[in-house]
Amino acid sequence: MPSSHDWINKPLGVVEAMFAQSNSNPEWEAKVLEYFKGQLREKESHSWVPSLNDVPLHYLKPNSLVKFRCLVQDMFDPEFYMGVYETVDPSTKANVLRCGKYKDVTECGVDLNSRNTVTAERQTFYCVPIPGESPWAKESYGCSSQARVVPSTSYVPSRQKRSYEEDDDDMDTQPQKQREPHTEPHGNGDSKRQETEAPSSQTTAPSDCSSHLDLNFPLPGERGPACLVKVYEGLDSFKLNDTLEIYGILSVNPVLTVLGEEKDPSLLLLNPTESMETPEEQRAHDPPASLVPRLHMLYARPLQHNNPLLPSAPTEDQSAFVSSFLVEMASVRAELLAYLTHVLLGDGLAAEYLLLHLISNVYTRRDVLPLGKFTLNLSGCPLNSYTERLYQIVQQLVPCSYRLSMSLHTMNSMRLVPKKDYVANRLVSGALQLARNTSLFLDETQLEQGQLDSSGVRNITALGNLISWQKVDYDFSYHQMEFPCNINVLVTSEGRSLLPSDCQVPLQPQVTPPNMEEYLTTIHMAQFTSQINKFRVYLSLARTLDYSISDEVTKAVEDDFVDMRKDDPQSVTAEDLHRMLVVARLLSLSLGQTTLSRDGWMRAKHIDMLRRSRTEQQKSLNGNEP
Amino acid sequence: MFFVTALDNNIYFLLLSIVDMSSPLMYGTPSSRVEGTPRSGVGGTPARQRPDLGSIRKAPQVDLHSDADGAVASEQALGQKLVIWGTDVNVGTCKEKFQRFLQRFIDPTSNEDENAGLDLNEPLYMQKLEEISVVGEPVLNVNCSHVQSFDADLYRQLISYPQEVIPTFDMAVNELFFERFPDSILEHQIQVRPYNALKTRNMRSLNPEDIDQMITISGMVIRTSQLIPEMQEAFFQCQVCAFSTCVEVDRGRIAEPAVCRNCNTTHSLALIHNRSAFSDKQMIKVQESPDDMPAGQTPHTTIVYAHNDLVDKVQPGDRINITGIYRAVPMRENPRQSNVKSVYKTHIDVIHFRKTDEKRLHGLDEDSDQKLFTEERVQILKELASKPDVYDRLSSALAPSIYEHEDIKKGILLQLFGGTRKDFSQTGRGNFRAEVNILLCGDPGTSKSQLLQYVFNLVPRGQYTSGKGSSAVGLTAYVMKDPETKQLVLQTGALVLSDNGICCIDEFDKMSDSTRSVLHEVMEQQTLSIAKAGIICQLNARTSVLAAANPVESQWNPKKTTIENIQLPHTLLSRFDLIFLMLDPQDEAYDRRLAHHLVALYYQSEEQIEEEFLDMAVLKDYIAYARTYINPRLNEEASQALIEAYVDMRKIGSGRGMVSAYPRQLESLIRLAEAHAKVRFSDKVETIDVEEAKRLHREALKQSATDPRTGFVDISIITTGMSATARKRKEEVAQALKKMIQSKGKTPAMKYQQLFDDLRGQSEAAITKDMFEEALRALADEDYLTVTGKTVRLL
Repeated sequence: MPSSHDWINKPLGVVEAMFAQSNSNPEWEAKVLEYFKGQLREKESHSWVPSLNDVPLHYLKPNSLVKFRCLVQDMFDPEFYMGVYETVDPSTKANVLRCGKYKDVTECGVDLNSRNTVTAERQTFYCVPIPGESPWAKESYGCSSQARVVPSTSYVPSRQKRSYEEDDDDMDTQPQKQREPHTEPHGNGDSKRQETEAPSSQTTAPSDCSSHLDLNFPLPGERGPACLVKVYEGLDSFKLNDTLEIYGILSVNPVLTVLGEEKDPSLLLLNPTESMETPEEQRAHDPPASLVPRLHMLYARPLQHNNPLLPSAPTEDQSAFVSSFLVEMASVRAELLAYLTHVLLGDGLAAEYLLLHLISNVYTRRDVLPLGKFTLNLSGCPLNSYTERLYQIVQQLVPCSYRLSMSLHTMNSMRLVPKKDYVANRLVSGALQLARNTSLFLDETQLEQGQLDSSGVRNITALGNLISWQKVDYDFSYHQMEFPCNINVLVTSEGRSLLPSDCQVPLQPQVTPPNMEEYLTTIHMAQFTSQINKFRVYLSLARTLDYSISDEVTKAVEDDFVDMRKDDPQSVTAEDLHRMLVVARLLSLSLGQTTLSRDGWMRAKHIDMLRRSRTEQQKSLNGNEP
Repeated sequence: MFFVTALDNNIYFLLLSIVDMSSPLMYGTPSSRVEGTPRSGVGGTPARQRPDLGSIRKAPQVDLHSDADGAVASEQALGQKLVIWGTDVNVGTCKEKFQRFLQRFIDPTSNEDENAGLDLNEPLYMQKLEEISVVGEPVLNVNCSHVQSFDADLYRQLISYPQEVIPTFDMAVNELFFERFPDSILEHQIQVRPYNALKTRNMRSLNPEDIDQMITISGMVIRTSQLIPEMQEAFFQCQVCAFSTCVEVDRGRIAEPAVCRNCNTTHSLALIHNRSAFSDKQMIKVQESPDDMPAGQTPHTTIVYAHNDLVDKVQPGDRINITGIYRAVPMRENPRQSNVKSVYKTHIDVIHFRKTDEKRLHGLDEDSDQKLFTEERVQILKELASKPDVYDRLSSALAPSIYEHEDIKKGILLQLFGGTRKDFSQTGRGNFRAEVNILLCGDPGTSKSQLLQYVFNLVPRGQYTSGKGSSAVGLTAYVMKDPETKQLVLQTGALVLSDNGICCIDEFDKMSDSTRSVLHEVMEQQTLSIAKAGIICQLNARTSVLAAANPVESQWNPKKTTIENIQLPHTLLSRFDLIFLMLDPQDEAYDRRLAHHLVALYYQSEEQIEEEFLDMAVLKDYIAYARTYINPRLNEEASQALIEAYVDMRKIGSGRGMVSAYPRQLESLIRLAEAHAKVRFSDKVETIDVEEAKRLHREALKQSATDPRTGFVDISIITTGMSATARKRKEEVAQALKKMIQSKGKTPAMKYQQLFDDLRGQSEAAITKDMFEEALRALADEDYLTVTGKTVRLL
């Protein structure tokens, strides 16, 4: 257990000390960053930093170092602030130079006319927890944290809040009452466990409060803190929808809220700068700090993935981890394939394709063409909650996922594409604002006959664009802006999906269990957690591997293609070749092979042939196509 | 505070004292509110305050310049050269310099639309002053680049200290103006509005160093506020003795006088609203224009204040260039709170608006003053242009991920460059279309959409729509009621938005007929007429159309003509310069190359690709440069070659009694030849350009206008929807029918069915009912017979 660290508990002290030493030499800023980076590089040190994701806000000390795993949902305009300013002590009349960086408010008695004031620029990002993060990933991140959470002083008022809740909601608070005696002696290291557990029962509280304040989460029903992150360095390196782990100084100064709310109408006329902001805008940009804390970024690490079971940073650690796992790869794959076969009612081919789909990844773009995407359409899915179950199983395997039930109502009413709200001056999020490598599960079995209205048509078009080009056109009202994305889309449908897809596999169940629910639950229960964890690591790892094709195999593939076309030019088109190359790539990667072998190509061809014979079979069964 | 006193004609002193408002020596500086008479012939014209320069003028500015010159200035204040506090501006010199600029500046190469009708060899701004004296609008717009080329130092001062320099300019111009036109009557004194500060930047690059400097940024208006009356001067009257006093607004506050100066009563003064001075003000939100934004980030917004007559000059949706002073104001101090938010509020006080899309109505190419290339860039582009194979290089750089279809890519490349814009409006013919329209048709899955997507991403003003999803309204324009102002606003659709760009329309065949019909006007006249909700206007839509269509029967039927395959009205088809078929060629060598290409796509690394192909950015710049600066004209040989080509085309058909070319085809050829000359960066269209245009045109024709029945190229398939052979046959049937009826002798009426049977019996070729009806119709047109119900009557 680490002892208390000043750099975690009082980072501002560190910053100020460095500022004081610097004698206004601007190099101190780089030094500060270097210092914190160095501290975090130390082994395990980052796990001592409490995370906003799993510790409720009122347990965190204001002005302490915290981390936040998040997605950049919106980027606000840059703002100018007093980087350095001078204060005048009213009693001694002495001028003191102060540092305004990493802070929201200044000290008392600012001398606005001082010549030593330095104006600097920073930008605010609106960050939300990674949308659709699977419960297992959240939990696992929470467990790996070694942060000692000492309740802050703000704990007391929050206790009052709880008792207030008890009055109107008996059922829910029952377990809390029982826990209360434990949480009473706070302040000791012993209480840590209980303290960090408390939020699970408490999460209802913030969601209640925030009901009048839209926290702008991309997906409905999401929880967790949203955060206004103040960014000081490297503004250009961040992009919208980046997933980051941000280390920064937490600021929940109540002054922020007061300043925002206080509005004297008589002053409005004379103070034009205040009247600029509409109430909506103010609400979006200056929400109460108790709901949306401010985080002053010291260090941000872009997340390649959000799988807690994998080493997060690309260090030597990771390569060792990868090479050790590569040995196991083939056997894990076999187990996973067996598992998926069971889940897909004994259909081995569909399981193979599902596996390939789960490790697919847009690895590059050639002008407008995204390469490596592999949208799968599982047709012929049994009705009655099978798809729901299937999603739950997928959710267990991947760190990020979302199931979009494509019912007529949701398609007509849901906002999929983010839209700029010019009144509030913010980007109103939509369900397609997702982090990279999120699994989007489109359930078309829920779609019934009926009328799609104009927003429904737009939504369907947006889904189609997402699948074909891996991009979402955000609606900026006067124009659209294209944001590339990298989302694995799985479509389950009865017949062929109305959405485009890279590959359609009709499901051919080999078993027809009398009770589907029970069947799937038993399969799910039969897996050990360790086993499931292996699958999770496997899926995340396989998509990070490099891949190449040798000249020799290139030649073979070309010959093969020409041969196939010779027999029947209609049978194989350029599109088919595209798909087979993707299948071959994913197939090789799924086996841990980083180059395409001749065998790999033959296997890819083989399974594609099987799949095609299946779709043709189905076509002739339906009889509606020649 | 300081003010300027004139002691002598040349020397001005700068005094650090409180402004005495009643001083007769006040001389048109922004803080002067005197309705008095400034000297030297400015006459009775009142000075008008300029809130754009000084609304927060007396606020302690966020200091960014070192105060070194300030100290120097105060020392120098005793000497001859006096400068305004905190700057290096000497009022006298500055004024003189500006007057010299006004009197002498000549810009013979000016092509700005504002200067239309002015003599370019005379001092430009003197002519403008003359204009002011005639029109009576007391605003002088000054292009900063002119100032810069005339006097770089003056320009630097203008940019760095606009707040001090512009009032000096005002002074100078008024002096000059009233000297020249002593009798003019203006509403108020002339105000100088500089624009096009070369420090033009995009919003993203604004940083703390720009505070209090003059900047020009471009952007799009997203929101405008209601008019805000802003108090400039508060009028107080004593309740006791009726003594009145004026207090200026300082930093958004009014210091209410506590004691009446006249009767010494405390707290007796009351604010009289309707005698206070207000100025109009409007808050405008401007968003970064999508063109100059890095990918993957959201656009920034900036707040802009417009004052007085600039209020309501712009509407949401307008794209504008704003020249103004960038301000940062500390958040209001709160007496109740000891610590304050350490953030400044920033905004721009606008001095000049310039709508970038307004010029669309004037018909001038707006890219000319927008896209600036650095010397090195131009050098790179010119080097590229001098290579003999530049045409092939560029076309292969176009959508490298799409395999082959070289001719189609070349066609699209020429479309991207476009022809030369010609204006024949004087002779009554109007504008000639310079844009090349292309239609791609072919089997599904031949990467047509991908090509469209690529083009859409390449051009700055591209629009991408799908025929399935777009309505006529979405393509043209619609009228929307602004929820805030209840004002009707014209919202432009894809075609108008892609003015000077390319409108990519996918699934062209799926488009409804009414939607397609709006394209008729756009594709030939390049305008769009709108008559909706009381708004009648004609918008320019000089857009190239790149459309893709699928055959009706999902697979291309080689036995049918283009028209039959895609079922598009021939009136529309004839407006396409090039119609390409994208078919699966189905031969082995092609397959092999295709396979190689695709596999390479999947394993080549980024660097390898870059070696092989031109960078997309270079291509973009190359096109932009050529479009802006190259305007090729036909030379003698080229015109001869074109004439020959056209005559040849007509000849091909004439042998078989059909026409194989129309003037529209000749126009297409000219456009293509011009575009090809642009690719070479050549100012002259030469024979090689015509050759290539001919070749490409022939290729496209060969593909799309071949009559499947005869195998000949037949342009009439596209121009009339029917091949000449088919038309000939129709005539033959009609003649046969006529002969037959004549042979029957004088029977006034005949049975329809019987006539049909007779004709079938007589003719050796099979005659369908359609053909028979067509023949009847043809004869009816000749007034030979009429058809009523089931009987045919002779006339």
